[in-house]
Amino acid sequence: MKRMFKGGVHPHDHKVTREAAIAEIPMPGEIRLSLSQHIGAPASPIVAAGDRVLKYQTVAAISGYVSAPIHAPTSGIVKGIEPSLHPTGRFIPAIIIEPDGEDEAMDTLPNADPEYARGAETWKEMVRDAGIVGMGGAAFPTHVKLNPPEDKPIDMVVANGVECEPFLTADHRLMLEAPDSILSGLRLAMEMVGAKRAVVGIEANKPDAVERMVNADLPEGFEVSVLPVMYPQGAEKQLIYALTGREVPSGGLPMDVGVVVQNVGTLAAIHEAVTFGRPFVERVMTLGGTLPNGPGNYRVPVGTPLSHIVESTGGVAGPAARIINGGPMMGTALSGLESTVTKGTSGLLLFGPGDFRELRPRACVRCGACVRGCPASLMPHTLGNMVEWDLFDGLTEFNINDCIECGCCTYVCPADRNLVQWIRQGKAELVARSRN
Amino acid sequence: MTTVVLTPSPHLRSPQTIERAMYAVILALLPGTAVGVYYFGVNAIRVFLLSIVGCLVLEGLALKIRGRGLEALKDGSAALTGLLLAMNLPSSTPGWMVLVGAIVAVLLGKQVFGGLGYNPFNPALVARVFLLISFPVALTSWPEPRAFPLSLDTVTKATPLGEMKTNLLMTGTIGDIANYGLMDPLLGRMGGSIGEISAAALLIGGIYLLWRGIITWHIPVSYLATVFALTGAYWVYNPERFASPVFHMVTGGLMLGAFFMATDYVTSPVTAKGMIVFGVGCGLITVFIRLFGGYPEGVSFAILLMNAATPIIDRYTRTRVFGTVTGKEART
Repeated sequence: MKRMFKGGVHPHDHKVTREAAIAEIPMPGEIRLSLSQHIGAPASPIVAAGDRVLKYQTVAAISGYVSAPIHAPTSGIVKGIEPSLHPTGRFIPAIIIEPDGEDEAMDTLPNADPEYARGAETWKEMVRDAGIVGMGGAAFPTHVKLNPPEDKPIDMVVANGVECEPFLTADHRLMLEAPDSILSGLRLAMEMVGAKRAVVGIEANKPDAVERMVNADLPEGFEVSVLPVMYPQGAEKQLIYALTGREVPSGGLPMDVGVVVQNVGTLAAIHEAVTFGRPFVERVMTLGGTLPNGPGNYRVPVGTPLSHIVESTGGVAGPAARIINGGPMMGTALSGLESTVTKGTSGLLLFGPGDFRELRPRACVRCGACVRGCPASLMPHTLGNMVEWDLFDGLTEFNINDCIECGCCTYVCPADRNLVQWIRQGKAELVARSRN
Repeated sequence: MTTVVLTPSPHLRSPQTIERAMYAVILALLPGTAVGVYYFGVNAIRVFLLSIVGCLVLEGLALKIRGRGLEALKDGSAALTGLLLAMNLPSSTPGWMVLVGAIVAVLLGKQVFGGLGYNPFNPALVARVFLLISFPVALTSWPEPRAFPLSLDTVTKATPLGEMKTNLLMTGTIGDIANYGLMDPLLGRMGGSIGEISAAALLIGGIYLLWRGIITWHIPVSYLATVFALTGAYWVYNPERFASPVFHMVTGGLMLGAFFMATDYVTSPVTAKGMIVFGVGCGLITVFIRLFGGYPEGVSFAILLMNAATPIIDRYTRTRVFGTVTGKEART
């Protein structure tokens, strides 16, 4: 049963790039493939400096159950494996490839199953070997999500086309331009987890995407569900609740309530991997904010330096005061454009000095706005006060680990308190304590 | 060269700030203020000016002493405290007494605790009750409302609630109060504090605050509904001894209290459940004081008592956390 999740906020959506069709950019002069493209163990490199690699060739192998391999997005020469700035701000080893301009690809069809004859178990291996990870931002290896344990029956796969972050329009464009790939990926995902139903969840601010999906000749058991606009509806637990009324238990996973959620981009990648044997080497992302001269939605090779995306699309209109990897609500601030596109990069936003209001953090006035805004029904002001005053003992009692870090509390706070940041600090403190 | 700012997410912030909330409440109080000035004239203006300027100066002084800088003066909370204090005083209150009220409100009610956000009690109400207990005669002499009187001389007139209490003591019935009309208290033609005499003007302000989302419905609705239901029950039981619920809604400081004082962010609960408990509590105490207490009016006492109960209400009205049964343990 559909229902509205509790809490949430309504930032202006600023989806100014929604009309911009997905475009290509020229191949950069250097590709830097971070070995940490995903949550979990970093991939282990299987190439060395001086090797020539082909497009789609595996350059780093999976190194654990929660991990994913990495493939070359174009042909070229491996220059080395060096620490390279990751969007998280850390230096992480990356495979440096100098493209040779040929874009010579391996023949991937021997790995493909265009007739869909090989069956679910083989498809899961294909998804794993294609290096697919969640493209909504968290970059969790997809094959793990498609392989729930026996005692967790799945009855529904949700295609997440919510894209509730302001400014981002990559998923929106993908739904307009490749609805059949998404639906094909959705059908494959359903068979892989043994689900009978599939729902595509789209917010009402994307009526054209809804129409395109509905008109895409939905198979039996498929449904498109239009949701009222509310951030963070794209968060898995909130989306499942909004679509089904099922509450993922505290500390649990979507599979505990019989649901698997996949971002629409991830589903299209599943389709590419199974139908054509193509591994995950490129993704669609939004270039936006107030500064870029060429804002839009771009299909970019994984490993592309962010500076190349900005430069090859016309540069910026002025000096950047804020650079955000992802959306403005949950994305991370970058110090510059030295890092690269990873598999989880959904957007790159650049803003000038005047685009954000000045903040004046003060004491909590107990207005309750954060309590009303919290989609997890937490009491963020209490958690914030506890961390501010070093009262870490009470954090668990106030369910700090149920926080999804969506930032609604900070967004609404009239005292400009960065509550979610205190909550992150509190969680980190608890983790540190549990290790001692 | 422009510096690149590195801050944790979220990078977007809503336009809502403490300033906007405070100034919205001040704006919402303007209709009530205007009625007060219209009926009590220069005397009312005198009290407003003394109270607001007094609160601002004292707040500035306290901030200086605490080494905090004067930035916090701009948040509007001191001005709002001054405005609310004035609205809760008779227009004939002597000037020095208004200033004593300002000292109590800002220094004892707010700054000694650490300023905005830390005060357990509504500062304006602390001051009003302090003055009421210290100077009972001055604080219960109510000038008669007349169309913009220019003179400082006043003719006193009992408040409807005061008259009811007197009648009860003298005769055991509410007497004429049973026939009390609705229009006078709606439009401001009744004895009372400067800012409480027009239920209609206050209601307009309250609805504005609800519409702007500055306050939620929980406290005012639960407060007013409790007063209405309880006084209604007594009235049905014995209309000679108890006044009608409509009379109780529009007289005294109920509208001012329910929309502007009980809803004070700092001193009221944070969850919807807690706000309803708080509103019901305010309503019960108000009614029992009005019907059976020694004072004719109980709104100030009711809100202050419930302010004291706010921490414990917060403790027992926590939200149920998503994915949990009780808000504590995980569902298995």
